[in-house]
Amino acid sequence: MNKHIKSVTAETTDLSRRSFLVGTAAAGLVLGYAGVPGIGEALAAPSNFEPSVWYAIAPDGLVTVTCGKADMGQHIASTMAQIVAEELGAKWSDMRVQLASNDPKFNDPVLGAQITGGSWSTMMNFDAMSRAGAAGRMALTEGAAAAMGVPASELVVRDSMISHPKSKKQMSFADVVKSGKATKTFTPDELKAIKLKTPDQYTMIGVSVPQLDIPSKTNGTAKYGIDVMIPGMAYGAVVTPPVRFGATVKSVDDSAAKKVPGFIKAVTLDDKTGTTSGWVVAVAGTYANAKKAAQALKIAYDGGPNAKVSSESLYAEAKRLQALDDSGQFFVKDGDPVAAFGTAAKVLEAEYTTSINIHAPMEPMNATAEFKGEILHIYSGNQFATRSGAIAAGAAGIDPKFVVMHQMWLGGGFGRRLDADMMIPAVQAAKAVGKPVKVIYTRENDMTMDFSRPLTLQKVKAGVDGDGKLVALSHDVVSAWPTQRWGIPDFLTPSVDKKGPLDSFTVNGADFFYTVPNHYVRAIKNEMAHNATPSGQLRSVAPGWTFWAVESMIDEIAAATGKDPAQFRISLLDGAGKNDGGAQRLRNTLLAAMGLAGYGSKKLPKGEGMGVACVSSQERATASWTACVAHVAVAPSGEVTVKKLTVATDVGTQVHPDNIRAQVEGAALWGLSLAMYEKATLKDGGIEQTNFDSYTPLRMSQVPEVAIAVIANGEKATGVGEPAVTVIAPAIGNAIFNASGARVRALPITAEAVKGAMKA
Amino acid sequence: MPTLTINGRSLSVDAANDTPLLWAIREQLQMTGTKFGCGAGLCGACTVHVNGEAVRSCQTMVGDVAGKKITTIEGLAAKGDHPLQKAWIAEQVPQCGYCQSGQIMQAASLLAKNPNPTKEEVVAHMDGNLCRCMTYSRIQKAIMRAATEMRTASASGNERRPT
Repeated sequence: MNKHIKSVTAETTDLSRRSFLVGTAAAGLVLGYAGVPGIGEALAAPSNFEPSVWYAIAPDGLVTVTCGKADMGQHIASTMAQIVAEELGAKWSDMRVQLASNDPKFNDPVLGAQITGGSWSTMMNFDAMSRAGAAGRMALTEGAAAAMGVPASELVVRDSMISHPKSKKQMSFADVVKSGKATKTFTPDELKAIKLKTPDQYTMIGVSVPQLDIPSKTNGTAKYGIDVMIPGMAYGAVVTPPVRFGATVKSVDDSAAKKVPGFIKAVTLDDKTGTTSGWVVAVAGTYANAKKAAQALKIAYDGGPNAKVSSESLYAEAKRLQALDDSGQFFVKDGDPVAAFGTAAKVLEAEYTTSINIHAPMEPMNATAEFKGEILHIYSGNQFATRSGAIAAGAAGIDPKFVVMHQMWLGGGFGRRLDADMMIPAVQAAKAVGKPVKVIYTRENDMTMDFSRPLTLQKVKAGVDGDGKLVALSHDVVSAWPTQRWGIPDFLTPSVDKKGPLDSFTVNGADFFYTVPNHYVRAIKNEMAHNATPSGQLRSVAPGWTFWAVESMIDEIAAATGKDPAQFRISLLDGAGKNDGGAQRLRNTLLAAMGLAGYGSKKLPKGEGMGVACVSSQERATASWTACVAHVAVAPSGEVTVKKLTVATDVGTQVHPDNIRAQVEGAALWGLSLAMYEKATLKDGGIEQTNFDSYTPLRMSQVPEVAIAVIANGEKATGVGEPAVTVIAPAIGNAIFNASGARVRALPITAEAVKGAMKA
Repeated sequence: MPTLTINGRSLSVDAANDTPLLWAIREQLQMTGTKFGCGAGLCGACTVHVNGEAVRSCQTMVGDVAGKKITTIEGLAAKGDHPLQKAWIAEQVPQCGYCQSGQIMQAASLLAKNPNPTKEEVVAHMDGNLCRCMTYSRIQKAIMRAATEMRTASASGNERRPT
């Protein structure tokens, strides 16, 4: 994880004042962290227990795990259940999952907040869920020992049964819970002292158990935010202005809307959280009528300060900022690249860009708000309950402690649902009409108001000595700063040159594991882009662009010095100094991908080529070592066909091998989609693409062969949702060069750019 | 008030004739397995069957389907055990799952007519259905698995009713 993230809400991370509770009562066995003073109370009346519970076992033996992570298709709820079940000794068919509310007691044990991202969840919850499971097993075992009248040490726990081989007595978990004999509590120190299983003892971790959420996703019963139904609720359709951000509403004429059946009201948002600007929500009895009413509204806007901004002006501003010596802040500053360039035998310089990209999860943004007494209930699938609850409260003008967030399955997240904009129209409409209101974005709202991946410009300069050794590299990254937008200082990183905090989620990855004695990375905020295109975290965030630049430039250096690009990388991954450990793992992963792809051992037809890339995404401290060999064919027209992507990834420990493959494949195809098919543009302050006819993610007919090698070498489990996104574009770009001699430096890659870069 | 014949039942909906079938199904009938994705017939999330043909319910008006036989994901098989649904579980297809009702309904209309599709026929039939999680290769595998199962079942005289 980012070492700078400690806690967003400090009191909730202090587990020292809590003890781990195991208690039984009528409602079953509950396990989790509880305030010490409340334990007696909790035992007496678990229904009133302040539940910071990770799981409960009902008298029928079913184990329900509460997942504090947003489940957007990564099956993290099922993964949490799997980790608990391993130590608990429960049968997989007894496991159930439910999604947590925003109660701070469900906060991530490491991050101290409810946020899902960074491919962090498995890594950061593995220990806590393992200990929770083990504590439950110990409590149940002691209870069973008392009931059977045998020593606990002679009992064996397996498949939700506790048996005593000597006497052939046995009790199920259900029997023990019903007996009320499981009553052990654990202090934090006792919890920490529990001896967990060693990997050779695992019977559940490493097994591809059926994901618990999948059956409900084949028969229409899984409930997403958009499926929430509250008695008496109305529907809201939003009208968003032609400018992405900064417009204001001058007037609203609802005379035509009033003729729409069931129309209730048009509400102009008063958004003091600064999340939206110039939005109106039309409320009606049905969504179809809310949409009709929204279309009938005549709204006059003041376009605001960004009404003339375009992709071209964002790019021009990025170029201007990059050229200034005093722009930005240093993220990495090793040695003196400037001096090294002066004495280098060869200096290469190149500019790499990426376009604006849109999340476009299949479930359009939506939220349902209901005021009940003094409590505001929000129903929405969201990745950042801690912050989103505060934003919903801000929209309502109430204290965040009065907001209850009801988590739903997410119809895709990809970082989009870290934001809370959809809650603001729901809250203000519900307040204005005195009814619960469900707001659903049209796809057009969803695309034009996305917190997009920002347009980026990177300038990389490399110096090579007389022996062809890379001695200096300078790397400027110019972008909007998506994470700074959150306004949470803990998520920012101090700059090396002490010029104030920087948004490391714009430069992560640029601090690679290659040994380069003189290296700097400068993070430069494009204020114009920051204001005109409020940006968000799009699956893989910074490494999705930093490695595009780094891994392309490494290839360019190899070509300029006459080296094989894969062998050149291996020579740079020497594990010297701070790169020790990581560099070797990345080198091994690259070799695995090369072996699986037949890199260098296959003779390819003319017009075809292979390219490699390797990455330490997402962050140095949380890397899943990932490498790709892309095999492409390039036509004389510049048309590129991706024939095969071979991806190897070192994840340390695999909890669920099949899920890792599913995630890595999905991530790799995201990488392909971003590299070749997805591009958004800004004109007159607005995103020009409004639906899937003009913004065009990968479809089935565009899927190449994908081969995946997962390396599990017993190191700590790392994340898999994002890293493979970041390795694809540079591997494809490098393969195109290998096939055709054309070097492309802008994403997405177009046939025109490839043709233009071919040597005549 | 239009009456819809949906999943074998006759239900009247309080919706104007120009209401997209999608919203009548989701809101009036509270059958939420059919999803809204784009509102423009570009993604396939809202796919249902009308007289056995896969259609985009966001582009189909309530007034146009009166008297026709509508099937949603909830009615594809009484117990949710259509060979495609079983294959979707066996291949562990869904990630977020949001597009999968539409994917399954789209695939079902293929297998009802073509019990032995080639990979190319599957791709051509499914290309209008977006999956943002990119589960495409598992969708293909599941369709092939279900096709095999349906052929085997039908060879043993155990024919399934067409939806």
